[in-house]
Amino acid sequence: MTTVAVKPATMAQAFGRALRDAMAEDPTVHVMGEDVGALGGVFRVTDGLVKEFGEDRVTDTPLAEAGILGTAVGMAMYGLRPVVEMQFDAFAYPAFEQLISHVARWRNRTRGAMPLPITVRVPYGGGIGGVEHHSDSSEAYYIATPGLHVVTPATVADAYGLLRAAIASDDPVVVLEPKRLYWSKDAWNPDEPQAVEPIGRAVVRRRGRSATLITYGPSVPVCLEAAEAARAEGWDLEVVDLRSLVPFDDETVSASVRRTGRAVVVHESGSFGGPGGEIAARVTERCFHHLEAPVLRVAGFDIPYPPPMLERHHLPGVDRILDAVARLQWEARS
Amino acid sequence: MTVMEQRGAYRPTPPPAWQPRTDPAPLLPDALPHRVLGTEAAAQVDPDLLRRLYAQLVRGRRYNTQATALTKQGRLAVYPSSTGQEACEVAAALVLEERDWLFPSYRDTLAAVARGLDPVQALTLLRGDWHTGYDPREHRVAPLCTPLATQLPHAVGLAHAARLKGDDVVALAMIGDGGTSEGDFHEALNFAAVWQAPVVFLVQNNGFAISVPLAKQTAAPSLAHKAVGYGMPGRLVDGNDAAAVHEVLGEAIAHARAGGGPTLVEAVTYRMEAHTNADDDKRYRDDADVEAWRAHDPIALLERELTGRGLIDEAGMAAAREDAEAMAADLRERMNQDPVLDPMDLFAHVYARPTTQLLEQEAMLRAELDAETRGHDDPEGATR
Repeated sequence: MTTVAVKPATMAQAFGRALRDAMAEDPTVHVMGEDVGALGGVFRVTDGLVKEFGEDRVTDTPLAEAGILGTAVGMAMYGLRPVVEMQFDAFAYPAFEQLISHVARWRNRTRGAMPLPITVRVPYGGGIGGVEHHSDSSEAYYIATPGLHVVTPATVADAYGLLRAAIASDDPVVVLEPKRLYWSKDAWNPDEPQAVEPIGRAVVRRRGRSATLITYGPSVPVCLEAAEAARAEGWDLEVVDLRSLVPFDDETVSASVRRTGRAVVVHESGSFGGPGGEIAARVTERCFHHLEAPVLRVAGFDIPYPPPMLERHHLPGVDRILDAVARLQWEARS
Repeated sequence: MTVMEQRGAYRPTPPPAWQPRTDPAPLLPDALPHRVLGTEAAAQVDPDLLRRLYAQLVRGRRYNTQATALTKQGRLAVYPSSTGQEACEVAAALVLEERDWLFPSYRDTLAAVARGLDPVQALTLLRGDWHTGYDPREHRVAPLCTPLATQLPHAVGLAHAARLKGDDVVALAMIGDGGTSEGDFHEALNFAAVWQAPVVFLVQNNGFAISVPLAKQTAAPSLAHKAVGYGMPGRLVDGNDAAAVHEVLGEAIAHARAGGGPTLVEAVTYRMEAHTNADDDKRYRDDADVEAWRAHDPIALLERELTGRGLIDEAGMAAAREDAEAMAADLRERMNQDPVLDPMDLFAHVYARPTTQLLEQEAMLRAELDAETRGHDDPEGATR
């Protein structure tokens, strides 16, 4: 809730506050990664933590992502709750063997005897003018891996709530942090008791009757903007912010689509093999008789992430979203 | 006076940021693999330790042959035998304290068993009724897994966490020669040295990574030499000399326990059997090489020491063999029983709480199984 008395805070500050509060409450929470100490992380999310908690709990590691996550596994085996920072989306790939072959499977492998409460923070997505390997939408890799929870906030309050929930979870959680939104501000009071919602609930960001935009992370503000622009066309769009890709909130999504009868999935990740295909299938399976049109997708192109001077053509924008909405077979409306 | 100093104009200095870091000389391994058995040093070893090592070697060899036999009877999906490497397996298990942790590679089932793990539970992965058949905390043995070298950073992290907590715990991580080419080997050794983690790395250089010989794996002077680049000591030991392996590992563990940081130990040994029961080693090595190593058998080496010095008699050796046979008989009997499987376990442990998607899939499988059961009860389909 916004109140006039509260100073705006950035999403980066909210992530940092979540780390700080979790560390203050639970001495087993450790933060580790590249440049998370004196520098405070390249996005300053861990700013001030090493001063408050010391180098034993806020550790600048050697520059090696598999080693960071692999040692985090051993620390979790011994009862710690590591929060690992991957510096950028594409720099997380060296850690994939540890993530996929071990972190995601450990609870299942040991029949529940040894869960691994590890949080992996990954700044992701484009729109920041980054050179190659700094703008990937890597969520499809994570959500295709059973055993991982995958969350991605779109608001300052959710950044806090979802990261706290991730750290509190006994299962490994990948927190995809939309780096384009790190400096987005919201009236958010860090000193008031904050909601730590259970992972796995989507939220309707904007109520509407004409069609549902299903989206998450960096595309949420774009969809909200598109919904405003759509009013001029006579469309009243609903926007569902998934917040959690795994577990997936079929209930909230299906309820929305049943109300509106039309749906577009919007994300930066590529279309082929991206989350949109799974979401469209799930919506179709559950809402077939309510649908007035096929579920459409507005996604990044199926190309390697473009160089910064061309990325605006790649990222789903308001116009491309409205074009998709226009193709939802309005002429067939009864 | 050098030519430069005579000129008086220019004195070369090191780059500003450069300073010598670690003297590499003390980190270097010995030229030859360390030996104890058959040397004067053997007299310094506690005879009880030698007898315990012997009993475990005999038992370990029997375990290997029994497990291989179980693959032929279809009771194990696969077994990577450590026959010929029992000295490393057994010494690694016996050198650790109860509170310490063992991180085995997939060939180290025997080390886990020698540490106290139930022989049937240790084989769960290879039998195929589940992945890991034991709670790792019970005997402080990390899950036996087939990815290479990935267990090494786990060992470093655990040892690091123990040290942060102030616990007197050392981790021993095991790996083969092929695994040292993996990136995780490098990253683990680097993290361990930077953090001065109480961890010991034991490389069993058994000559082959499946079929690929060491010469195609590395150009290093020895695998132990790799330690120097990380700033930790490297030790070279005869991996078929159980007393030597025990001694070198014991020193490395004591060093780690005292806060001295990690050590890399290369044990030179030989894989006497094929990679697994599914492998054909005739395609890549000569029988003569295998025979040369048979003369250097770890059990024979220790037996010669014990009998030569009168530390064991025929009755003592017979007792070891009987104990091994009893273990093998028990293993055979229990492995010949079909494991109890519950397909619902497939969904039970993916997450702390199954997702709604998993609950749906679980319900689907349950319905399929119910239909199967009805089909068995009612083969004619009369009630359908």
